[in-house]
Amino acid sequence: MNASGRTRFSARHVEPITGYLFLLPDFLGLLAFLIIPIAYAFFISLHDWNGLSSMRWNGLDNYAKLFSDAQFWDSLKITATYTLIYVPVVYTVSLGLALLVNQRLPSTRFFRTIFFVPVVLSLVVSSLMWKYIFDERAGLLNFLVGLIGIQPQPWLGSVELALPSIIIVSVWIQMGYFMVIFIAGLQDIPREYYEAARIDGANRWQMFLRITLPLLKPTSLFVIVISLIGSFQVFDQVWVMTKGGPARATQVTAVYIYQQAFQYLNLGYGSAVAFVLFIVILGFSLLQFRLLRTTHS
Amino acid sequence: MKKPADMSKTTGETSRQLVPDRIDPTKTAAPSQAKKRRDRKFKLSHLVSYAICAVVALITVTPFVWMALGSLKNATEVVEYPPTFFPREFAWNNYAEVFTSVPFLRYIFNSFLVASTVTLIALLFHSMAAYSLARLRYPGRRILFVVIIATLMIPVSITLIPTFIIVRSLGWLDTYWALIVPALFNAFGIFLLRQFYLGLPLELEEAAKLDGASPAGVFLHVALPLSRPILATLAVFFWLANWNNYLWPLIVTQSPDMRVIQLGIASFAGEHSTQWQLIMAGSTVAAIPGLILYVFLQNYLIEGIKLTGLK
Repeated sequence: MNASGRTRFSARHVEPITGYLFLLPDFLGLLAFLIIPIAYAFFISLHDWNGLSSMRWNGLDNYAKLFSDAQFWDSLKITATYTLIYVPVVYTVSLGLALLVNQRLPSTRFFRTIFFVPVVLSLVVSSLMWKYIFDERAGLLNFLVGLIGIQPQPWLGSVELALPSIIIVSVWIQMGYFMVIFIAGLQDIPREYYEAARIDGANRWQMFLRITLPLLKPTSLFVIVISLIGSFQVFDQVWVMTKGGPARATQVTAVYIYQQAFQYLNLGYGSAVAFVLFIVILGFSLLQFRLLRTTHS
Repeated sequence: MKKPADMSKTTGETSRQLVPDRIDPTKTAAPSQAKKRRDRKFKLSHLVSYAICAVVALITVTPFVWMALGSLKNATEVVEYPPTFFPREFAWNNYAEVFTSVPFLRYIFNSFLVASTVTLIALLFHSMAAYSLARLRYPGRRILFVVIIATLMIPVSITLIPTFIIVRSLGWLDTYWALIVPALFNAFGIFLLRQFYLGLPLELEEAAKLDGASPAGVFLHVALPLSRPILATLAVFFWLANWNNYLWPLIVTQSPDMRVIQLGIASFAGEHSTQWQLIMAGSTVAAIPGLILYVFLQNYLIEGIKLTGLK
């Protein structure tokens, strides 16, 4: 009696205990390196701290300082400009490529394979190879534009051209990734819809507008949200190619956070900037999901 | 070569012939004319498609080719204007110089060690957590799942400073711990593996349970072996993401011995900003593992990306 009672007791508990134990390593890790850091970031942002001496509480001073910090506003403006150009461009290019290689034509598979290659590279390598191409003196690009009679440009060294140049690189890096996601979305659209539309005499443009785009909406939304969140945090390409220059023309918010926190050791102020950026990103992703829900119903 | 195009044409034809006949038998002459026009249009649009594909392919490939060619030019040729296309003489010693002027081999070793360790441990942890969330029953499971999924919304930029402070207070700065431990945890792998386990047929696990296997035994001997394909996909992903990581190592390492490859080539480029031949040689070396993975494990990579879109 007693023995069987004990086995039944332990058998009943083995599953929950295993469940908790299996979850434990990842849960503790996520807690320590993702969840707690959010609260900790807010806590640090309420202090004046160089990371070495003791923290000095200064309430919301850092946030007050943000409002009058022209560099902060500039960095938001530059990030917004980057985002407003990058997101539509990468959306259009990757959707266009997906439509191109999703046609049942010979050798589209080959092109798909080619378009995807940049995705496997690190942002650092991609940035360096493009930096070489953009080089004012020895770059390939100035040679090519020279062939059609355009004067050599400083590209990354120019206040006007540096940001567009970085956007070109970002699109080049990411288009294959989003193309693959769009292809998966396109292949989920039942072919019968197109056949029915063709019978009704619809042309390709009408089919694209009436069938492809509406049925691709979940995929589109995913691509827009992911590219939006990514572009709000763009760092690697900018840091490797321009370090935020020239004359702070490419000083995006992530670069500004890095400089404040790890170069000038203003950890409190850097955290305040990061926290504002976090709120902006969170707001955008929630807004996107709400848009999806309202357009769906 | 011609098969797919022909097929699409024939399916289009049959559907077009079948239905109009039934609807309006008087219009029998119209389809053939329309078909001719459509065929011509199709061919033109194919041509346009190929032209665009070719141009984009050229734009995609050129930077790679230019990097490889640049890495083999000598110091004067690499900055010549107008640029030469093919190196006059292959300057293989650029590669030797990269490896001797900085501890490049050490960078490669560090990246390899970090990427491989993170991949192995993360896959183990994520499989366990995912199996627990998918199959084992205990109080609070749903809430724990929601909390884990919510961490997907946390951007890197916000955790950077506090995580740096946490890692520093643990005394991990400039150690492998700093490079490995924080990189292990992301909810994305847990989520995908959980979806996979939810899709597994229950029968196999039930059979093992009837044979007296414990939940851990069922996981180890039944579920884990079955998840090999998705583990392979995630392994390629995790490994590449860690090999390519730049920002986090930039923050937590300082000594040259602890530099990883991306940091190595970036700082090398910063110090030798005009020696393009060396920068390109280092970049080529850094690009090779990704390219090799792509050539041999392309399907895993592409499947993995499709999974990310299925949220």
